[in-house]
Amino acid sequence: MSAPFSLPALPYADNALEPMISAETIGFHYGKHHKTYVDNLNKLVDGKDLAQMSLEQIINHSAGKADMAGVFNNAAQIWNHTFYWNSLKPNGGGKPTGKIAAMIDKAFGDYDKFKTEFANAAVTQFGSGWAWLVQEGDTLKIVKTSNAEVPFTKGQKPLLTIDVWEHAYYVDYRNLRAKYVETLIDKLMNWEFAEKNLSA
Amino acid sequence: MTLQIKHIALAKSAKLTLAAALAVAVFPIAQSQAPAAPAATATAAAPAPAVFKQAPLPYAFDALEPVIDKATMELHHGRHHKAQYDALNTIAAGNPDVAKMSIEQLLANVSKFPAGVRNNAGGAWNHDFFWQIMAPADKRGSPSAALLQRIVADFGSVDAMKTQFNTGGATRFGSGWVWLVVKDKKLVVASTPNQDNPLMDIAEVRGTPIIGNDVWEHAYYLKYQNRRGEYLANWWQVVNWNEVNKRFDEAMK
Repeated sequence: MSAPFSLPALPYADNALEPMISAETIGFHYGKHHKTYVDNLNKLVDGKDLAQMSLEQIINHSAGKADMAGVFNNAAQIWNHTFYWNSLKPNGGGKPTGKIAAMIDKAFGDYDKFKTEFANAAVTQFGSGWAWLVQEGDTLKIVKTSNAEVPFTKGQKPLLTIDVWEHAYYVDYRNLRAKYVETLIDKLMNWEFAEKNLSA
Repeated sequence: MTLQIKHIALAKSAKLTLAAALAVAVFPIAQSQAPAAPAATATAAAPAPAVFKQAPLPYAFDALEPVIDKATMELHHGRHHKAQYDALNTIAAGNPDVAKMSIEQLLANVSKFPAGVRNNAGGAWNHDFFWQIMAPADKRGSPSAALLQRIVADFGSVDAMKTQFNTGGATRFGSGWVWLVVKDKKLVVASTPNQDNPLMDIAEVRGTPIIGNDVWEHAYYLKYQNRRGEYLANWWQVVNWNEVNKRFDEAMK
């Protein structure tokens, strides 16, 4: 079997986000969950035209098609997790500076209002899913998606994400999703990554 | 374990600046589904009595060891399930139409209510059911002759039924439940997303559940992590067949 998709390297050591996210969590989340999505997708595309497509093409091609749910879920979860790892960094979080800071003030009023809205989206996503800061046209928005859904299939450009599947926080925070979310926003958000994702 | 407790303590000590948004966020469901008007204004003189009451776990928290660990049961019953009752009571305090109904009536009419009722009445009922159809070792019993006959008629064998049920649980993407349902006097396997169930008027497969397993990650993550399949396979060891037999007989009447 050819394996067109591979697990991207973590952008930091597995203990680099401690104590906010433990190496134990990363071990399962990256080493098992993320890897399983890659393995599953490679099996699903084996011998098919899909194997020639990029991950983004597969996601856009399979989105909303009931008979391609397995392909979509695994492809989108590969993409989402890679984007999540890059949305975090050691010594990140807090108020950004520069272009993105100005856009946040313009879209939300100020950083605190952005933070409240982002946290609220993450906390109120019922069941498994994701909270996102996205760019839509020349403005920024907060959106939430369920399970594997990604904003870019709806024309929104992801800038940052927080994973609120329970596996992202259960080992370290148990049911306290709100504490996990606030800790990430305060201490781990990678604003350089967000700024890089802005379209000109 | 000490490592994990330390993380929670650290998060706790962090200055909470999201006062309004996060004050009730220990119960995220309550926050997401609370009516716009605070419940307290309707009953300013005294706190509203809880219309819906969560029953204690019908056995010790460690009674399902080693299949389901004590810590998981404590969190699952004491925090997750409790949060759903709390949220449902918050909704009921601001909505007399909700307060006057039983949980079963709410489920049968769930399409007429806001999403908070679907999520929290669903969660309240699903977990009540879940606790009852599991039991400590000396109270589990075995499938009745009538139930066995029906299982063989509809699936070929008990193993075939379990395989179909476990597959239903394993392939429910995200959070949800897998069920063995009596529908038109026959048994079928169905799965539902999040806290939906077959009693809801919106369910794809409507019927009476007699067995159900919770495949939200909080149900198994501390012990099984990403190995949902292993949890599903082991879980059959703790099924309370005495209760399942009773519910089967009732549903077949």
